[in-house]
Amino acid sequence: MISLAGRDILHGWGKFVFTGIGLGLLIGVTLVMAGVYRGMVADGRALLDNSGADLWVVQRDTLGPYAESSSVNDDAYRGLLTLPGVAQAANATYLTMQVRRDHVDVRAMVVGIAAGRPGHTPGWPPQLVAGRHLARGHYEAVADVATGFRLGDRLTIRRNHYTVVGLTLRMVSSSGDPMVFIPLKDAQEAQFLKDNDAILQSRRRTEANPALNRPGVPGLLDALLESQSTNPYVNAVLVRLQPGHAPDEVADTIRRWKRLTVYTRAQMEGILVGKLIATSARQIGMFLVILAMVSAAIVAFIIYTLTLDKIREIAVLKLIGTRNRTIAAMILQQALALGLIGFVVGKIAATFSAPYFPKYVLLVPQDSITGFLALQAICVLASLVAIRVALKVDPAEAIGG
Amino acid sequence: MGGKGIRIEGLRKRYGKGDTAVDALKDVNMHVAPGEVVGLIGPSGSGKSTLLKSLGAVIDPTAGRMTLGDEVIYDDGWKVRDLRALRRDRIGFVFQAPYLIPFLDVTDNVALLPMLAGLPNAAARERALELLTALDVQHRARAMPSQLSGGEQQRVAIARGLVNRPPVILADEPTAPLDSSRAMTVIRILNDMARQFETAIIVVTHDEKIIPTFRRIYHIRDGVTHEEAGEGRPVG
Repeated sequence: MISLAGRDILHGWGKFVFTGIGLGLLIGVTLVMAGVYRGMVADGRALLDNSGADLWVVQRDTLGPYAESSSVNDDAYRGLLTLPGVAQAANATYLTMQVRRDHVDVRAMVVGIAAGRPGHTPGWPPQLVAGRHLARGHYEAVADVATGFRLGDRLTIRRNHYTVVGLTLRMVSSSGDPMVFIPLKDAQEAQFLKDNDAILQSRRRTEANPALNRPGVPGLLDALLESQSTNPYVNAVLVRLQPGHAPDEVADTIRRWKRLTVYTRAQMEGILVGKLIATSARQIGMFLVILAMVSAAIVAFIIYTLTLDKIREIAVLKLIGTRNRTIAAMILQQALALGLIGFVVGKIAATFSAPYFPKYVLLVPQDSITGFLALQAICVLASLVAIRVALKVDPAEAIGG
Repeated sequence: MGGKGIRIEGLRKRYGKGDTAVDALKDVNMHVAPGEVVGLIGPSGSGKSTLLKSLGAVIDPTAGRMTLGDEVIYDDGWKVRDLRALRRDRIGFVFQAPYLIPFLDVTDNVALLPMLAGLPNAAARERALELLTALDVQHRARAMPSQLSGGEQQRVAIARGLVNRPPVILADEPTAPLDSSRAMTVIRILNDMARQFETAIIVVTHDEKIIPTFRRIYHIRDGVTHEEAGEGRPVG
């Protein structure tokens, strides 16, 4: 038996291909949406992987340092180093801001890293694709290539200028902003630094306050002014464990002795995926549902229209003895073919357009397979209306009168 | 093949019930022998289409008896179970418009019926080509219906009606869209095919050009048939 669906598609291939392309672009958007979610999760995991930490020590009762703000005294790491199981502990700051170069600014996560060395001190970028790591205590920066900065570029963060000495790859925040690494002291200052007018105003207020500027207490005013112009806090202490120590046990010890909140890698991943990007994930989920419904409506409309165009032929087919299942199979196969064309076009469109999206789009085979199966299911459902119409056609319609 | 042609006795068809009931067919009696071509003529609303649909096993008559060859296909409310197979294997249809399947080429339009009946594709196409040759359209075997002239399309439609060698063919205004010369060609072909395959052919028509070619004519008026002799004018 010949394939009636195949012959009809070949006969009107232009209609099928153009409809398939339209549907395919919709499928492409759907796949990219799924890829954006996967990219967000991947970014979050990359952030944790690249930090090189086993534990994140943050301000008590906060979800810091990525999901909430967190302040920890910058000398807390010393105490942590004395605890059993702790191999390395390093301060780190995180501040998402606009980093300027000439007249262009780029949204980036500025990371302050403590003095140390890559691969040894937590927080340092694990590897570079160009240049060198930070080697001075001030005014040097290592930037991710996604910032668009190049070696030797001069960046402006707050009032200070930094020279890009190294470039990293895929060092991004959970929201996809590329990272810029600068020395810790500079980063602490960047978080706290005010403009000159504000500093003068603040000093004037302190000097005018008789409780703080006591003539009988020499040195008090100077000490107060000094404390107001420095920032002794960091956002988190990143801890690397000695081999053989369980993260949960060391975390419990830190919680008990230091009265700080500690997260293990699994907990931190739960915060990033379950809380930080949960709203975005729901948003994307809603879009996926809407896109699926629009796809179903398009397939249903097209197949329904194509079937209505063939009512007379279907009546003739039924009159000359064609089984209902043969006619239903013809319509179903056309719907599935339309879905297949749409998926192929959509997959190609998504694959080629993904690198041009500002956020990381991760297309995984599992999503493609799920998308293909879902699309075929949608096509089957969408063809039911047309099949119902076709099966209701009276063969007598082929006979005049 | 032909057998004893088709016989209709006391056929009735009523639409609706009670006060609104309409008797479309009141008393239809016909017999068409194998190899014979008869005309069925009548004014609009006389019951031609209802009779054609009843003969084509598309609608159920209300009463009467129909025999196709040696087989009774309808008898006062009883009917054969598989009407679809009956239409496919034992009744050929030729319509006013050819109604060829636009996405199948000429050969497959004709070969589709034997394929539906379970014949292998190659054998079905071979049988289709034989008929297309007999109807002198074998040179358009690979063409699509839209590439054919009206006369060629009607020949292909006749080939489709004949391809399963049915004992009866129902032709509904087969010459209506054709000019005089092509109409006569179609009638000649139907006569030739009826003789060659011993098929009983009923031609429903209003066409004054072809009515004189029938040897027997059934007039239908108000659901009742009357038989009369035709001129039997020779064709081509």
